[in-house]
Amino acid sequence: MCLGVPGKIVELLDQPGLKMALVDFGGVTRQVCVESLPDVKVGDYTIVHAGYALNILSEEEAQETLAILRELDDIKE
Amino acid sequence: MDLITGFRDPTLVRNLIQQIKNTITHHWTIMEICGGQTHAIMHYGLDQLLPTEIELVHGPGCPVCVTSLELVDKALAIAARPDVIFTSYGDMLRVPGSQSDLFSLKAKGAHIQVVYSPLDAVQIAQNNPDKQVVFFAIGFETTAPSNLAALAQAQAFGLQNFSLLVSHVCVPPAMHAILGSPTNRVQGFLAAGHVCAVMGYWEYPPIAEKYHVPITVTGFEPVDLLNGILLTVKALENNQIIVQNAYSRIVTEQGNQKAQQLIQKYFEVCDRNWRGIGLIPQSGWRLRSEYALYDAEKRFSVENIQTHESEICISGLILQGLKKPVECPAFGTLCTPQNPLGATMVSSEGTCSAYYRYARK
Repeated sequence: MCLGVPGKIVELLDQPGLKMALVDFGGVTRQVCVESLPDVKVGDYTIVHAGYALNILSEEEAQETLAILRELDDIKE
Repeated sequence: MDLITGFRDPTLVRNLIQQIKNTITHHWTIMEICGGQTHAIMHYGLDQLLPTEIELVHGPGCPVCVTSLELVDKALAIAARPDVIFTSYGDMLRVPGSQSDLFSLKAKGAHIQVVYSPLDAVQIAQNNPDKQVVFFAIGFETTAPSNLAALAQAQAFGLQNFSLLVSHVCVPPAMHAILGSPTNRVQGFLAAGHVCAVMGYWEYPPIAEKYHVPITVTGFEPVDLLNGILLTVKALENNQIIVQNAYSRIVTEQGNQKAQQLIQKYFEVCDRNWRGIGLIPQSGWRLRSEYALYDAEKRFSVENIQTHESEICISGLILQGLKKPVECPAFGTLCTPQNPLGATMVSSEGTCSAYYRYARK
């Protein structure tokens, strides 16, 4: 149930009610509620659960984690 | 894209497995609380790559599984009404109630619709003003903002025909219940990444200290899961009682404040009965009384629910990490995903369903 799918914000929608955006999930585009992402902008990555964006995905943190893990690899070798 | 594929990199996976093997000297029992993680672990076969010293036990983090039988029966009673369109996440439809399930009821003609997002249920309410539209709002902290966004939308549109049947549960009280039990075997925890995306992990240090267990916030990709396991094993080996974050690209210590404000606005803490486990005090959320209009339990006042649970199913012991599915005599014979005796065999997050689907023995 707590499945989260990463996707990219491709358009912020201007419509009444909650703040919505179009999110591209590797070729499939869907409307997603971005009410909890006050600073969201086109091009941001997010994790979507049941049609709701939980947070903005930090590219910086992602790259840092991968860099640390790849460093572990170097130490071993 | 590196942001996704980087966390599925086979080289990093192999290396993390090696790091875990290099680090481990003792037998450790680690619980992944989240059913989504249980399925990811089995889907990628990570349990078969890990050294035998690590025993992964699977936690109760499957909202479909722990939604009380009484609420499933209430859902059935409400969904049977001719004036109602009952909407739900798909997983709930096969969950056995005392007498029937939503899927069978739908086959008999009840108006039951599966939705991907609760906002779809709001749309159904807009399109059917002569019907009462009820959404079965189950979930942990992750799902609360989504379910409540639907309520906020219904309010904004002035809809009088939309309500929620709320069955919300929370992770920290379940961790207290597991760790405080005299039969507890769990020595370290992988905390559920998407629950923490919403709530943060500031609630966990007191739990780690009270029960002397390290806790690592963990994501769902293979590299995330192994990184979470590695950090937990390192903490266990070094006798460090710490809370670590192995999912920092999504999770911050304080979580998503706006999502928490939404939860605060509509929900208040309540006792919840967890299916198979029993009552856990202060372990869930219900709608505040000022939103009674949107509370399906109050709107339809379903009384006289007499529950009857399967006598064979051991899902309660499985949800507490005390038994494995293969220890159940009904597993794969009397109980299958097509004919489930318990919710753990139904849900795409249920432990029995994972063992069945990925043929674990």
